[in-house]
Amino acid sequence: MTYIRSQFRHPGLPVNELGYTTKEYEGALSTLCAGCGHDSISGCIIQACFEMSVAPHRIAKLSGIGCSSKTPTYFLGNSHGFNSVHGRMPSVATGANMANRDLIYLGVSGDGDTASIGMGQFVHVIRRNLNMVYIVMNNGCYGLTKGQDSATADEGSKSKKGSVNPFQPIDLAGMALELGASFVAQSFSGDKEQLVPLIKAAIDHPGFAFINVISPCVTFNNNPGSTKAYDYVREHIEASATIDFVPAKTEITTKYADGTGTDIELHDGSHIHLEKLAAGINPYDRLAAMNALQNARNNHEILTGLLYIEPESTDLHHTIQSSDRALNSLGQEELCPGAEALAGINEGFR
Amino acid sequence: MKPTDDKNPEYFHKVVDCQYACPAHTPVPEYIRLIAEGKYTEAYMINWESNVFPGVLGRTCDRPCEPACRRGRIEEEPVAICRLKRVAADNKDDVKSLMPQLPFEGNGKRIALIGGGPASLTVARDLAPLGYEIHLYDEQEAGGGMMRSQIPSFRLPIDVLNEEVNYVLDMGIHTQFKTYVSSLKEILDKEYDAVFVGTGAPRGRDLIIPGRQEAAENIHIGVNWLASVAFEHTHKIGKKVIVLGGGNTAMDCCRTSRRLGGEQVKVVVRSPFAEMKASPWEKEDAVHEDIQILDNHVPKVFVVENGKLKGMTFEKVHAVFNDKGKRSLIPTGEPEVFIEADDVLVAIGLENTFPWIEKETGVDFGEWGMPIVDAKTFQSSNKKVFFGGDAAFGPKNVITAVAHGHQAAISIDLYCREKDLTERPSPFTNLVSQKMGIHEWIYESEVENDHRYLVPHAAKSVTLSDRKMEVELGFDVETALKEARRCLNCDVETVFYKDKCIECDACVFICPTQCITFTTNGEEEDLRTRLRAPSLNLKQDLYVSDTLPTQRVMVKDEDVCLHCGLCAERCPTSAWDMQQFLYKVTKAG
Repeated sequence: MTYIRSQFRHPGLPVNELGYTTKEYEGALSTLCAGCGHDSISGCIIQACFEMSVAPHRIAKLSGIGCSSKTPTYFLGNSHGFNSVHGRMPSVATGANMANRDLIYLGVSGDGDTASIGMGQFVHVIRRNLNMVYIVMNNGCYGLTKGQDSATADEGSKSKKGSVNPFQPIDLAGMALELGASFVAQSFSGDKEQLVPLIKAAIDHPGFAFINVISPCVTFNNNPGSTKAYDYVREHIEASATIDFVPAKTEITTKYADGTGTDIELHDGSHIHLEKLAAGINPYDRLAAMNALQNARNNHEILTGLLYIEPESTDLHHTIQSSDRALNSLGQEELCPGAEALAGINEGFR
Repeated sequence: MKPTDDKNPEYFHKVVDCQYACPAHTPVPEYIRLIAEGKYTEAYMINWESNVFPGVLGRTCDRPCEPACRRGRIEEEPVAICRLKRVAADNKDDVKSLMPQLPFEGNGKRIALIGGGPASLTVARDLAPLGYEIHLYDEQEAGGGMMRSQIPSFRLPIDVLNEEVNYVLDMGIHTQFKTYVSSLKEILDKEYDAVFVGTGAPRGRDLIIPGRQEAAENIHIGVNWLASVAFEHTHKIGKKVIVLGGGNTAMDCCRTSRRLGGEQVKVVVRSPFAEMKASPWEKEDAVHEDIQILDNHVPKVFVVENGKLKGMTFEKVHAVFNDKGKRSLIPTGEPEVFIEADDVLVAIGLENTFPWIEKETGVDFGEWGMPIVDAKTFQSSNKKVFFGGDAAFGPKNVITAVAHGHQAAISIDLYCREKDLTERPSPFTNLVSQKMGIHEWIYESEVENDHRYLVPHAAKSVTLSDRKMEVELGFDVETALKEARRCLNCDVETVFYKDKCIECDACVFICPTQCITFTTNGEEEDLRTRLRAPSLNLKQDLYVSDTLPTQRVMVKDEDVCLHCGLCAERCPTSAWDMQQFLYKVTKAG
C-alpha cells in the first residue's frame, strides 16, 4: 500500500506574493476514489487561493457530511476547518462569520448535504446574504452510501445498476437565483480554466457566492445514461462565457486592451473579465440568468460560468449592523463599557 | 508536437538518466533495487555483464551517472550510485559459477589484443566465450593497464583488481605479459584474424620551462612515477612536493606523495579551482589529507641551486572569458610566487603515442597523431585493426574504455563472420507492468526523503602511513539499504494510454512535482511555457499524447518526475501504468 505522497515538490515552483508555493496550500492526501471529480475541485481551490496570495490562516473551511464534505481535509491544510453535522454547515458558517468577519469562509457541501438534509439551512443562508463561498460538489448521487440517486439527479438519468430516476431534480443554481443570491455560478470539475477564476471571484465577492460544480462520481455515477458522467457533461456543457479574474493590482486595460468582452468591476477594484458571452446572457440581470438556465435545461444543456452577480452586494454584517471588528479582538472596555455608557444609553430612551 | 513514440526504446532509455549517461549503459536502477533486496550477487552480475569491473568501478569510476541522476535535480545530491556498486562487489557470494564456463568450443579464429587495460580485457571477455582464441600482449607484469599502474592502492586495493582481471584472464586468454609490442607489422604477420589496439594514452606530458634539465633528477612525470610506485620501484619522495596539474592524476600524485614521505604537498594548477579537471570528490579527499591546492598559478621556472632543485616560481593569473566562452589566463601583475620543493611531479595531461605502428600497416593517422577510427565500429583504416579505450579517441576513463571494448568486440565478431559492421545489433528491451493491486506495486514506490549518505573513511593517521590501506571503507549493508532506497526507480516508467483516459485530471492534481498538464497542443517551445510547473530543463523530453476527446493533449515533463506512481494509482481507468523498462546493450555474438 502506498497512499504516501512524497515531500518533494518541483524545485522551480513559482511563489506568490506571500512567498508561498502551492505546497503551502495543499492538504492531506485524498482518500476519495481515484478519479473523483471532488479531487479536481480541491485542486482548483488550492490553485485559486495560491494565485490570490491568500494567507492560509485567514481562511476557514466548513463542511457537513458526505464525500464532498470530506474534501476540506485534502486542501488548505494550514487553514482553519470545521466539519459539522450533516446539512448544518450554513449555521456553523453563519455563527463563525458573525463572530469573526475577518476570515474568508469557504463552505463545501454536496448535493445530499445541500439539496436534501441541508435544504432548510441552504435557503436561509442565501436569504441572509452571508459573506461566504458556498461550493456544492454535485455528483447527483449519494456516493458514500453506494450511489443512490440524490435530489439533484436529473429525471431520466440512469444509475450504474440501470434504474432510471423518475423524479424532477432540484436545480440548485436556479434556486439560488430565485432566493436572491448575490453571486451565482455553475461549473464542471473537469474545467479548471473556468473553475479557478470563478472561485477567485467568489472569494472576492462581498456576500454569498454560490458555485454549483458538476463533479462526476467515478465509482457510482459515471456510466452511460447518467447525466452527471464525464462524457455526458462534456458533450452537453455550454459555457456562458470564458472567464478571467483580474486582481485589483493588475490594470485591466493592460491585460485586455482591445476592449472586447465584458468587465465586471468588483468592490475592491478587481475585475471579472468575460469573453464570448453567449446569446441571452447578462450577468447583471437576474431574470435573464434564470431564463438562460431554464432554456439550457430544456435543451438538455448544462450552462456553466458566471450566471449572475450583484457587484455592490451588502452582506449580513452590513444589514444587521454588527460589530466592525472580530469579536476576539474586542477588549474588556469595549465589551463592558461601564456604568457611564449604560447611563448614556438609558438616557437615550427617556 | 507530434505524439511521443514510446514504442521506440530510446525514448524510455533517455528517461533513465543514469543509465543513459553511462557510456556502457549499465542498468543502474535495476541493480540498485537488487542491492536494496540484499541480492548482491545478482546486482554484481548485472554490473559484470555490462561493465566487466564492478569492484574497480565501484571505487574509481568517473561516475558520469551521478551528475545525471534525477535525484540531484530534486534535492541537493544524487544517489551514491558508484559506491552502491561497490556494495554489490563487497558483499557478493561466489560469482564465478555464474560466468561463462570453460571449455569454450573454438571457432578457429585468433585475435590479438595489444595492451592489457580495461578496453582489451572487455574485448577478451566478450569474445572468448564465443570461441575466439585471444592473445593478449602487455608490457606490464600483470593485466589491468592503467588501473594497475596509475590508480593507487589506497583507492583500489590490488586484490580487487586482481580478482576482476582474473575473471577475464581465466577464460582461457593467452597472456604475454612483460612483452612490449614494438611493431604492429610483426603482430599482423602472425596472421591473426583481427587485432585490437587498447594501449591507452601512456605518455605523460612534460613541462619544458627553464631549469627542467638541470633539475631532472627531482622532476618526475606523474603517470610514470605512479607506475613506479605501484610496481614498488619507488618508495619515497621529498618532504616538500609540488604537483603540477589539476586532473585526477594530479590528485593521485599528491595523495601518494603524502604516503611516501611528503609533508608539505602542494598542488599548483593554472586554472581556477572550480574548473579543475579532477572530480570534486577527488579534490575533497586531497584537501582532507592536508594538501594545499593553489589555483591560478602558471609555472615559470624550476629554480635550481648548486645543481639541486630548490623550488619553482609561478605567475599569478586570473581567468577571462571572451564572447565565445573561450578562456584565457591573464596575468594579474602581482609579483611572481616562489614555492619551495624537493620534488616536482608533472601531471599536466596524457598523450597518445604510437611509435610502434608502422606506416605500411595501412593504419592511417589524422590530427594530433591520432589514428583514424570509426566512432561506431572502432575499425581503423586497416580493416583488420580495431582501436578502443584511450588509444582510440584520447584520454577518457575506465567506463568509456569498457564501452568501447564492447562495441569493438561486436565489430570484430561481425568482421570475422564477414558481416556488415555498420549493422549494429539492437538493444535488448523489456517493458513490464508493475501493478499488483489498486495501491500496490512490485517496486518500492515510496520516495524516501533521506539525504545522501557519506561513505565512511579510515582514519587519516592510519591511511597516510600505509600506502596500500584503502581510504574508503565502503557502505555497510544497513547504510547501503538506506542509500539504495533514495533511488527514484526512474526505470519504472510512467506509460500513458491515451484511449483509456477520461480526462478527470486526477493525475494532474496528485502529482507531487506537477509534471502533468492537459492542454491544447502546440510547438515544444510554446508548450513548455504553458505547463503547470516551469519547464526549463530543455535536455529532458516532454511526453506528449495524441489528441484526446476534448481536443487537448496530455503533456508530461519528464524532468523531475519522482516515479512515485501516484498518477497511476489515482487513475480510475489505468490510462497511466507504471512499467519497468529494462534496456541492455547487446553484446557480441
